[in-house]
Amino acid sequence: MTLLDMKPGQRSRITGWSTPEPPSRLLELGMLPGTEVEIVRYAPLGDPIDLKVRGYHLSIRKSEAGHVQVEEL
Amino acid sequence: MEKPVSNRHSASEPGDGFGDKSRRRIALIGNPNVGKTTVFNILTGMRQKVGNYPGVTVERKVGSLAGKDAIDIIDLPGSYSLSPKSLDERIAYDVLMGHIKDEAAPDMVVCVVDASNLERNLYVVTQVIDVGLPVIVALNMTDAAEEAGLHIDVPALQEALGVPIVAMVASRNEGIGKLKYQMRKEDLPPRATRHWAIMPAVDVVLPPLMDALEGKVAEKGRFIEALQCLTNDTMLEHWEERAPDFHALVIATREKLEEQKAPFRQAEIMGRYGWLSPLVASVTTRKIDPAHRTVSDKIDAVLTHRVAGPLLFGLLLLLIFQAVFSWAEPAMDLIESGVVNLGLGVRSTFPGGLVTDLVVDGMIAGVGNVAVFLPQILLLFFFLGLMEDTGYMARSAFIMDRLMSQVGLGGGSVVPLLSSFACAIPGIMAARTLANPRDRLITIMVAPLMSCSARLPVYTLFIAAFLPTGTVLGLFTFQGMAMFSMYLLGTVMAFVAAFVLRRIVFKGESSFFAMELPPYRMPRFRQIFWRMIDRSKAFVVRAGKIIFGMSIILWMLARFPISEAEPGLAAQRAAADQRAESSRIEMIDSGMSEDAAVRAVEAEMADEYYTIDAAEAAYQIEHSFIGMLGHTLEPVMRPLGFDWKISAGIISAFAAREVIISALATIYSVGDVDEDSPLLRDKLKADTYEDGSPVYTPLVAVSLLVFFVLALQCMSTLAIARRETNTWKWPAVMWLYMTGLAYLFSLVIYQGGMALGWG
Repeated sequence: MTLLDMKPGQRSRITGWSTPEPPSRLLELGMLPGTEVEIVRYAPLGDPIDLKVRGYHLSIRKSEAGHVQVEEL
Repeated sequence: MEKPVSNRHSASEPGDGFGDKSRRRIALIGNPNVGKTTVFNILTGMRQKVGNYPGVTVERKVGSLAGKDAIDIIDLPGSYSLSPKSLDERIAYDVLMGHIKDEAAPDMVVCVVDASNLERNLYVVTQVIDVGLPVIVALNMTDAAEEAGLHIDVPALQEALGVPIVAMVASRNEGIGKLKYQMRKEDLPPRATRHWAIMPAVDVVLPPLMDALEGKVAEKGRFIEALQCLTNDTMLEHWEERAPDFHALVIATREKLEEQKAPFRQAEIMGRYGWLSPLVASVTTRKIDPAHRTVSDKIDAVLTHRVAGPLLFGLLLLLIFQAVFSWAEPAMDLIESGVVNLGLGVRSTFPGGLVTDLVVDGMIAGVGNVAVFLPQILLLFFFLGLMEDTGYMARSAFIMDRLMSQVGLGGGSVVPLLSSFACAIPGIMAARTLANPRDRLITIMVAPLMSCSARLPVYTLFIAAFLPTGTVLGLFTFQGMAMFSMYLLGTVMAFVAAFVLRRIVFKGESSFFAMELPPYRMPRFRQIFWRMIDRSKAFVVRAGKIIFGMSIILWMLARFPISEAEPGLAAQRAAADQRAESSRIEMIDSGMSEDAAVRAVEAEMADEYYTIDAAEAAYQIEHSFIGMLGHTLEPVMRPLGFDWKISAGIISAFAAREVIISALATIYSVGDVDEDSPLLRDKLKADTYEDGSPVYTPLVAVSLLVFFVLALQCMSTLAIARRETNTWKWPAVMWLYMTGLAYLFSLVIYQGGMALGWG
């Protein structure tokens, strides 16, 4: 399951990245395995996504979110 | 404490006092959106100096602390991490490590931290601690944390981090006194030690790398330098030439770790968060359920709503556009008429001649060329400041990102590009709001293709004079459609250029997007006002100098060489003088007073002198350097349908696009007129080549219009691009590609039109 399978309002926990080199900036921003994330909403045109992670709002594109593997909480 | 006087003014910029070694130097660092700039402004007030770091677009902001203490504060760019993803992001790390040429490492670092967002904010703090400098944490926005139901055990956090913490609310001036006290203390806080643990596979390979840095990096900085080089390519890059041995050792180490399948690139991030997460959990208590929706969340539900979001953003854009386009107009008119009146004043006070001409047409006009942009810049930066300060800027990027990503840009480029419809100068400056350096550069490079307001008079004159009237579908006028096409062409070309630049010039560079959506805040008008002043100052001081200089050069090109009066005109003037004299004598003889006679003759002869003056001005400009250049360029411009007069007009238009109208008016000796003048329109229509064919046909007009849409006919744009990119390389590329595009399009249109028999 990836972040893209989650609906707005659903909470999940990151289990890993499906790409060998995840963007280090996203990791530095706290998108590490074990972190809880919630999809808050999709942008009006469908992309990017507003995520709630470690208590703040982070916006990333679907192309990256598709690489984030999660488990539902 | 006595310090040798010879140490004064010894580093960086001689004489600015900020390189003085007897002064304590404190760097300010922190995540974006944590109030770092507010802290800097409160601490330093008006005592700031802005410059550029060599080779990058990053501003170097230094200020001094109020009071008698000799303390300088260096404001570093807002960053989530010290590990750079680009050259621009290296600056913060290089400053802290003392790697900047002629600039020693700071004596201490103040890390500004958002209390409501501790985990992510403390990440960079642990990096700064590892650099080995004394650190103070300024725990800002404690009010927002309390509001969110978050309580922080500050003594426990201080104990765990091993650095002094000052709790504060900078926007309300709370805690600033305590921060200043810590900054002024004679004894610096002791070096904190590293508490986080790195994965064992990486831990064992670091000591040999650190040893290899001996003699290259100071002892205290070796751990972080070795770690950064191992995990980060931007960091390793610059050792390739400086220390090939070390570079090779790092590469070999990486290969070894890859064989072991150790995720060494993430080792640092996982290690730091691995220590921080439980620490933050242990020092904070949350009274409110994390699923609780804050006020900010509720605002977001409206402002980023699927329907309401884009609609409200559209309305805001319309308002900004309206403001920059028309509210700035009265102030700009005032500046322009002020400049004209000042010129007239100088002319009536001082005798005519070359020096007066230089002062009025060169210097005063040059100052006017700079000042005239200020109303637009101030207005645009008021709105940008409002958007940034409230947190709405990030939402606008969120809404527009999908659209802009089609051409390889991000949502943040929308505002700078749309502002460029009014004028590329504030538009290019607005690109500062973009965090990604590549997006910022591409935005700067394509912004001048958006049709600015200075092109409007040119469009008006040529469309009204040469394009047919009449309507399409009974609704749209043909001329209106032509005007719209000009704006459309520029916009489409800007997107095409962005797409091409992204694919060719910046290909291969990673293009992921990660943007924080900070909580909404009430705007603080003091901060917004500060930024407006800051940006305007930067424009006047840096770009203004270039614009002023070029104004004088263009004046000289039109004014020199001074030609002898043309014999025919000289005879005409002599004859007119004689007639004026004899009719004056006649009037006095017939009983008129001396004064009345002079006035009567002046009125009677005004038209004749106006014609002679205009003809002399036309003769002068034809024989000036600009006229000569026009003639020289004619063979190159003829395939586009342009004669020497249009070519000379295009060169004059480099001062500002609308200048082509006054230049053509001078060349066609119709005196001082504007774009709506029927006189100029008729003169243009009547002009013919020697064989009797008209100089201007509708096809030539279209070719010229397209040329003006695409060509970079504006020295001010080049000057601001130079200032913003900190190099002449990008303005040069900008001028070449835009002029090339303009030439190509006009050539195809004119030659194609001729082949189809539309000439």
